[in-house]
Amino acid sequence: MLIAILSGFLFSFFMVFVGKYMKGKLALLSALIPLGLFLYFLQFAGRISNGEIISQTYAWVPSLGVDFGLTLDGLSLIFCLMITGIGFLVFAYTAAYLKGHHYLDRFYGYLGIFMAAMLGVVLSDNVISLFTFWELTSISSFFLIGFNNNEEASRKSAVLALAITGIGGLLLFAGVVILGNVVGTYSISEMLSSKEFIANSPQYILIVALIFGAAFTKSAQFPFHFWLPGAMKAPTPVSTYLHSATMVKAGVYLLMRFTPILGSTEFWNSTLIIVGSITMLYAAIHTLFRTDLKGILAYSTISALGILVFLIGLGTEAALLAACVFILVHALYKATLFLITGIIDHETGTRDVTVLSGLRKVLFPVAIAGFLAAISNAGIPPSFGFLGKDLIYEATLHFGNSAILLTVLAIITNILLLYAGFLAGIKPFTGKLPDTFSKVHLPSFLMWTPPLILAILGILIGVFPSIIQGSLIQPAVNALGETGSAVELKLWHGFNTILALSATTIGIGLLLYFFIKPSVKIEAAIKKLEYLSPKTMIEGFGIAFGHFSKIWTTFFQNGFLRHYVSTIILFLVLVMGYTLLNNTNYVLNFSSLTQLTIYEVITVIIMIGGILYTVFSKSRLAAVAAMGVVGLTISLIFVYYSAPDLAMTQFSIDTLTVILFVLVLYRLPKYLKLSNYKSRIKDGILSITFGTLITILALEVLNEPQNSEISEFYADNAYLLAKGKNVVNVILVDFRGIDTFMEISVLTIAAIGVFGLLKLRLTTKDRAIVKDKNKI
Amino acid sequence: MKSIILKTASNYLLPLLLLFSLFILLRGHYLPGGGFVGGLIASIAFVLHAFANGLQTTKHLLRIHPGFLMPIGLSVAFLAGISPMFLSGLPFMTGIWFPEPISVVGMIGSALFFDIGVYLVVIGISLTIIFTITESK
Repeated sequence: MLIAILSGFLFSFFMVFVGKYMKGKLALLSALIPLGLFLYFLQFAGRISNGEIISQTYAWVPSLGVDFGLTLDGLSLIFCLMITGIGFLVFAYTAAYLKGHHYLDRFYGYLGIFMAAMLGVVLSDNVISLFTFWELTSISSFFLIGFNNNEEASRKSAVLALAITGIGGLLLFAGVVILGNVVGTYSISEMLSSKEFIANSPQYILIVALIFGAAFTKSAQFPFHFWLPGAMKAPTPVSTYLHSATMVKAGVYLLMRFTPILGSTEFWNSTLIIVGSITMLYAAIHTLFRTDLKGILAYSTISALGILVFLIGLGTEAALLAACVFILVHALYKATLFLITGIIDHETGTRDVTVLSGLRKVLFPVAIAGFLAAISNAGIPPSFGFLGKDLIYEATLHFGNSAILLTVLAIITNILLLYAGFLAGIKPFTGKLPDTFSKVHLPSFLMWTPPLILAILGILIGVFPSIIQGSLIQPAVNALGETGSAVELKLWHGFNTILALSATTIGIGLLLYFFIKPSVKIEAAIKKLEYLSPKTMIEGFGIAFGHFSKIWTTFFQNGFLRHYVSTIILFLVLVMGYTLLNNTNYVLNFSSLTQLTIYEVITVIIMIGGILYTVFSKSRLAAVAAMGVVGLTISLIFVYYSAPDLAMTQFSIDTLTVILFVLVLYRLPKYLKLSNYKSRIKDGILSITFGTLITILALEVLNEPQNSEISEFYADNAYLLAKGKNVVNVILVDFRGIDTFMEISVLTIAAIGVFGLLKLRLTTKDRAIVKDKNKI
Repeated sequence: MKSIILKTASNYLLPLLLLFSLFILLRGHYLPGGGFVGGLIASIAFVLHAFANGLQTTKHLLRIHPGFLMPIGLSVAFLAGISPMFLSGLPFMTGIWFPEPISVVGMIGSALFFDIGVYLVVIGISLTIIFTITESK
């Protein structure tokens, strides 16, 4: 299974080198990867349906309890088959859709990474590796959504999607780390046995809230849903893949995966029911106000995700069964609708549903696919969608006290979804063919076969639900922790309440479709309410935050070096002063003082003279020279206290510093009185405070009990181990040689920095580019 | 600076100071000194020469841009670090030694070559910074 995940990454890596040959007819070969993976996962179906759970573990960071564990159970299998199966069709479709595109190889590369990351998410048994793959899906989808990177709207949507799902990823990380600490393991399969323990722990609410944050942002739940319609700026195959089978379902997958571990509590269930129902209704109503086919589909996807979250929230066996079935139902019909939208867009150049009509005459197989998908979407028998819808009603109808309310919510959502599905799947094909589209012709079979296959599958499974009943749905429901009764999928349940509800849904939905026509006017009406939408609010927050950070930054980074230095010192004074005042008992131990010699007294007097001269001198050059005097007296003190190495280094460094200062000063104007009386006083107080603090600190260090173990070790072993008598040098080049090596590397970088800064000569053209970049 | 005394003196001082810096470098393992100080002394020697004779003369004397000494020095230090891995199969940065000591320098081992690397890097860094600042307009 590790190879299966890696193959996607390897494929992308491979595309870097051979990509340019894969742009033409060979592009189709890329589809072999998902096809191979699909067949690979399919062969596990038999073993999984026998109740087997296949797991593999590779050591990764064993010391932290992080292993690369992979588990394939019923739930993972459904997702794996969806990811690779729909992936295969999308890969094949892309070969025709983006035929001859300049960056086709790049596109396949991103798609490969994305597929591999998705497989990693659904197969990971370790929450840390799950998080890693989760973030990889966010990052690769960022590239996919922003694929048309010369359009500003694309870039904006990509950044928005990354921002929202990226924040979710961080929440997930926090959540799983806390969860791991509570349980004591990062392995999901090991967590299964400590469900009670987690539910009773004080961190339970926090963990669940964090994981909800991750799932809701990824699965576009209200109020984080707004990135998803924006993500429609991506090429259609990407939308198909992201919305039907993969990315947005990752959040649903996460909730399902944690249902047996964290589920069945009041907090878990009610939050999911509330958020799910708001999302499904809100998004379903929104579909009424859209005229762009992709926009309609995006909102209906959000609504479907709402239904899934809602079902997981109900948490009963019937609801979880309905969720498992509905995932497949939705994947099949939504992928079909997206793919035919892509064909329509590709051939006619528009996605405006008010303009499109009569396309069945020119795109007949596509029309069939659209019709079948719309039927499945609407839940009209004998489609798979009918099965799914019945199971949803079954779940809500038997849900205790609030059964009626929940059922009504589900019915309204389904009515609106039917409307959306018909609009996308049937509306463009009915009516009269306008003259503008008379030249439209059927594209290559690579484009129309994938949606047709998916649409036919949607009907086929509806007629023969036993195909997936035992092999896929049953193990998936078991994986969710429901091991009770056997799953039975039937198309016909006889005449009962559910059938009546179903009929009502379809009836009202059809009426809606025939009486409400999408129009630009309605769309414009809803635009007026835009200022209330979460998207506007988040954007407003972003702008406000940008302003704040600009003010904050310009306050601290005002461009004056002296300002920076005093800020740093002031900060140190505050932090250090606070600690020193609280934790010091100021004991001066005079007994450790030795007698002062005449040399020391003279040196200190010279030093004080140098300092006073530096402070009060009227010329820069003299001040620098006086600073040099101070440095040299310090090196004299080193000599007195028998540290010749330090003295030598201090001496040469000080010489070079004075030279450097002089060189810099040489470039400055002769003499300017830059500081006024007030700022001098301010600086003086700051320096005296800082100096006092450092002195106190140095004296306090003397009071600390000394640990001479380390210095003794060096003194004892310098000659034995490193054959050197100069301990300082031995430490530098031998015992701590790697430190020295890093230091000279850092110094080199600094020197290159100085060289680059001073030698950089921008032309007017370069300056314009820099300005432009700053604007963005 | 157009002082004839300084100019004449610097011509003699440059080789002397360089020799001194080498001396400091080589004895570092036994007596005060080492690559860092040695490098600084060598840089001072060149800076002094540049002050007396002009930057162009010193640059001409050096032949290569001092910046090139940085990668050379880093490579020497790195090679000294990995040499025990190749020569004796010991871990990175373990000291290995020639069996017999030679006069003046003492024992020769990988640590000395590491110090030489530091020496070259320090010369490269200080001369690059000072020359760049001198040249900047």
